[in-house]
Amino acid sequence: MSETLEQIASAARTDAPPAILLDKVNKWFGALHVLRDVSLNVALGERLVVCGPSGSGKSTMIRCINRLETHQEGRIVVNGIELSDDVKALDDIRREVGMVFQSFNLFPHLTILENCTLAPIWVRRMPKAQAEELAMEYLTRVRIPEQAKKYPGQLSGGQQQRVAIARALCMKPKIMLFDEPTSALDPEMIKEVLDTMVSLAEDGMTMICVTHEMGFARQVADRVVFMDRGEIVEMGTPAQMFESPQTERLKLFLSQILRGH
Amino acid sequence: MSDLTLNTPAAASPEAVSRSAPLSQVGLLGWARANLFSGWLNTAVTLVLAYLLIRWIVGFAEWGIVNAIWSVPDNQTQACRDLKGTGACWAVIAEKHRFILFGTYPFEEHWRPALCVLLFIGLYVVSAMRRFWRPVLGLIWAVVLTLIGVLMWGGVAGLSYVPQERWGGLVITLILATFGLAFAFPLAILVALGRRSKLPAIKALCVLYVELIRGVPLISLLFMASVMFPLFLPEGMNIDKLLRAQIAIILFAGAYLAEVVRGGLQALPKGQYEAADALGLSYWQKTGFIILPQALRMVIPPLVNTFIGFFKDTSLVLIIGIFDLLTAGKTAIIEPAWQGFGIEVYITVGAIYFVFCFAMSKYSQNLEAELNRHRRR
Repeated sequence: MSETLEQIASAARTDAPPAILLDKVNKWFGALHVLRDVSLNVALGERLVVCGPSGSGKSTMIRCINRLETHQEGRIVVNGIELSDDVKALDDIRREVGMVFQSFNLFPHLTILENCTLAPIWVRRMPKAQAEELAMEYLTRVRIPEQAKKYPGQLSGGQQQRVAIARALCMKPKIMLFDEPTSALDPEMIKEVLDTMVSLAEDGMTMICVTHEMGFARQVADRVVFMDRGEIVEMGTPAQMFESPQTERLKLFLSQILRGH
Repeated sequence: MSDLTLNTPAAASPEAVSRSAPLSQVGLLGWARANLFSGWLNTAVTLVLAYLLIRWIVGFAEWGIVNAIWSVPDNQTQACRDLKGTGACWAVIAEKHRFILFGTYPFEEHWRPALCVLLFIGLYVVSAMRRFWRPVLGLIWAVVLTLIGVLMWGGVAGLSYVPQERWGGLVITLILATFGLAFAFPLAILVALGRRSKLPAIKALCVLYVELIRGVPLISLLFMASVMFPLFLPEGMNIDKLLRAQIAIILFAGAYLAEVVRGGLQALPKGQYEAADALGLSYWQKTGFIILPQALRMVIPPLVNTFIGFFKDTSLVLIIGIFDLLTAGKTAIIEPAWQGFGIEVYITVGAIYFVFCFAMSKYSQNLEAELNRHRRR
């Protein structure tokens, strides 16, 4: 029963205007064809999990969404703005799209608080006091307000990743991209980061999350996308994907993932 | 039970409570034993070096202090010559120090370059203090450098005009080094950034500049600035020789510093650039807040190395007839009465260079430790 409800819910979400649209996107690294005719439609408020073996192009795909990588063919429309060489459009997109990296990428020479307030102050032109208040609010949300005056190097990996999430949230983005956020973490720290992401998903944030955490996918994803060798092989609700995979490639991938756990 | 009885004597013994390590293991004695006399070979090397060191120090003290002559009556250097190398003739310094420090600057106006030297030193001290690292520092520099220009040239406020040809000595070295590095450093940052630019024209221009300037010796640049450059100027127009040398030094230092800065830019993980991009920071915000603060910290040692190198390289302006500290020292002993006292003059000039360079080196070590505090856990 709950599955059908979920399907209805996700169907309802797809009626909303698309937050992200990828239309036959192709990308090459030199001669290597890393994205092949990738087409994807993400609705506002939808939670999407992207999985697939390493080298399948899933990171490249989400890095194309905020143009950390440029695509060579096809269209990418984010929040109603098409990605192009137009710098102004890119600024508008990056302002609305937060990103969390595998290796945290906090700024080591700035305190946790400064990490969180830098972009709101300079990109959003927010007064300093207001930015700090906002930062403390989000740091409280990821449950590390007491670390605000420390430097990133003084925090554990899990704490750093939660700061990275808070830093992205301080820009009040409409869309959050997660690029394997737990892959660089020790096992005991993965949960604290996933908990933060779950609570974010429950608040209705539009999320695209590249991850191997299938438990997380089951718990929060509206849709799961399976990529292999640069193309989207299969797409569906977590239940469809995990219980009745249609393609051999997904079956093989799932059996490898489950063996690993 | 048996354990207990075994332990009792030790517990009862008063020495068992915390006592200091044996004298032979700690302090100077312990250090000497571990580092100087740890084996027969080490002991032999230590003794030989100690003998040489003591002989040299005693010899230098005899020459420089015990047998030295500190002053002679009006240019009568016969007493100095009679020493025949067994003692130093510091009288040459007493006699010529004003010339070494200020060159041919009018004698009664020497207070002006002297004040300039103090202003330079004050400027260095203020710039070294982190609490002044605010926009106001730029203003302080502009004011002080203007003041130095006014003092040196004169011609206003009741100061007599002194043409640049008469400037010389330490103040020239400080002018060349300070203006040189103050302009070369920002230039270097721009060139380093330009060399990593995605815009092909800017990148090509920066590569061309660095490779061209680095490919020729400083001396040839100075020659071009002093001899060839005026040929290209229209009739009657002339740019001050010191200014031309100064520009040559700025361009040369800029190319070297640019490569040092570029090293720092390259050492920074790609993730830092990506994180700044993803947050929507503009190119200059990213560069100013994220990239340069980290990149420059990383290259403090090679940066200061280059700074020190250029401080001393300013002495090459002697080739185009500018009287810097070293040239002034050389010229001071041309006068027949004082010929042959080069060692004393060069030791003094060397000591002045050393004070400035050593101060830079020490300061950079402190700065490095201070700025990299965030790396410590």
